[in-house]
Amino acid sequence: MAPSPDTYPMIRDVGLTGKLVSFAGVFGDSANRAALAFRAALNAAGWEGISETATSLTSVFVRFDPLILSHDDLHTRLTELLAQSDWLTAPLPGGRKLWCIPTVIGGDHGPQFLDAAETAGLDAEQARHDIANARVRVLTLGFAPGQPYMGQLPPAWDIPRMTQLNPQVPGASLVVAIRQLIIFAGPAPTGWRHIGQTGFSCFRPQSKHPVALTPGDEVTFREITTEELDHIRATDTSGNGGATCEVLP
Amino acid sequence: MSRAMLIHRCGPGTTVQDQGRLGHLDEGMSPGGAADILALHEGAALLGQSPDYAALELAGLGGIFEAQDTIRIALTGAPMPASIEGEAIVWNASHMLHRGQKLTLGNAKRGNYSYLHLGGGIATPLFIGSRSVHLVAHIGKPVAEGDEIPIGRDSDAETGCTLDIPDRFTGGTIRIITSVQTSQFDADTLARLESTTFTRDPRGNRMGARMAFEGAPFAAAGQLNILSEMVVPGDIQVTGDGTPFVLLGECQTTGGYPRIATVIPTDIPLVAQARAGDPLRFQFISRDQALAIYAAGQAHLTALPRAIRPLVRNPHDIRDLLSYQLISGVIAGNEEPK
Repeated sequence: MAPSPDTYPMIRDVGLTGKLVSFAGVFGDSANRAALAFRAALNAAGWEGISETATSLTSVFVRFDPLILSHDDLHTRLTELLAQSDWLTAPLPGGRKLWCIPTVIGGDHGPQFLDAAETAGLDAEQARHDIANARVRVLTLGFAPGQPYMGQLPPAWDIPRMTQLNPQVPGASLVVAIRQLIIFAGPAPTGWRHIGQTGFSCFRPQSKHPVALTPGDEVTFREITTEELDHIRATDTSGNGGATCEVLP
Repeated sequence: MSRAMLIHRCGPGTTVQDQGRLGHLDEGMSPGGAADILALHEGAALLGQSPDYAALELAGLGGIFEAQDTIRIALTGAPMPASIEGEAIVWNASHMLHRGQKLTLGNAKRGNYSYLHLGGGIATPLFIGSRSVHLVAHIGKPVAEGDEIPIGRDSDAETGCTLDIPDRFTGGTIRIITSVQTSQFDADTLARLESTTFTRDPRGNRMGARMAFEGAPFAAAGQLNILSEMVVPGDIQVTGDGTPFVLLGECQTTGGYPRIATVIPTDIPLVAQARAGDPLRFQFISRDQALAIYAAGQAHLTALPRAIRPLVRNPHDIRDLLSYQLISGVIAGNEEPK
């Protein structure tokens, strides 16, 4: 019953109480848009027995109670919903935000910036320009609460994760791999290269809205100095780390 | 007037846990919650209260707890030597702890996670619908010596009840079903997954349990380049060095390692409770078999409140318990006939 590996969209079981609807096996912008749109349609359908939905990079995860909604029924309904639209060309969801996050790039706050630039085949100036002028989209939140995977950077940034892990990058650090950026939710080991530092808290347990970003939001980075970052950290109480935010039209 | 219990001594892994935070995967938050969810239901049944109430989860090490008001308690999960003011009390049972009395719990003899339930439940503040401490997500922190644990209002007064619990604290056979990448492991590797006796590695926590074994790594066939994808508790990830790792409640929400199989929900507590060195074997079953077990498991949880019986003597001292005519009337009287 294993699906043919090349047939997308693909519906697979995740555990006994989950299904995964995947639009691609490798990352692609249209597959990510499809996942966001399909999840919105699924939530709007409001089928009894579904307890939650979530998107990953190119898939929609559905958690359900198989005693209320059987595997076969859900599979049939998902298949029908998939057939109702060309999800790969679906527009992005409404109500998205544009964030501008102050960021120190390179130096002591981004010790692997030069290594990342070199791996990408760019000189430091071009690499700095690419990051400072990037406008990326939150592709998914995952791994840790509120932690965004953002993309895509220009093709040169399709650099692999390192085989040797960074033993620990600080919370709110900016890391890069595979044309994507992550702002880390907390200190953690990672195979991604540490290229910068923000004061942005992805997860704010003390706040009424603990998770600031939503998949579909867009993010730009304003380059700041170490002194500016120190000032932001000393004065910011919101968790935004000096970031500004506007609703996209 | 607020009720409370004072922690005189406790181990470092002592945390407040309920059923966790389901419904927040879209924000990157795994559910967390009690490592042995069945023990949480058992304690609720013993106290005749909701399984949504939070309890204290003790990770192997006991402690000393003083009632600042008269409170009902129940003890479930990994058995610990337990006493009130020096007098031994029965595990898997409910008891009264009078104001000023101290409950002493020794270290768990088998299993990893023990639960101290309080009548009225623990009344720490809710955060996103749950009181569970989620160590990985930095939500809350373990309780410490000197802490006063707030307790909710208790609408019941009954104690002296027990439940017969099958042992799930020394490993055993874990039933698994296929997962997203099972088909990318060759038949020999999958057969070896079933024929190998694993032991739980000491490296493990509420995020997951590493499986130690002798023999070749469990490598997926061919070169795998897997996109990071949603993972769920129970998934068996195979890390880069070919070691299976069973994910538990506080696991990350996405992962890029191939998943060879998934532990059925009913058997996750068995993995969580296995301690370092306990043997674990995996056995593939069909999805239909897993669904039947799941349905039976849910029915078991629903029936637990009717399964409690009065604690007349220490059941370990009674050779043939079923031959005794137990006094009825203490419980509701609508129990299933034996």
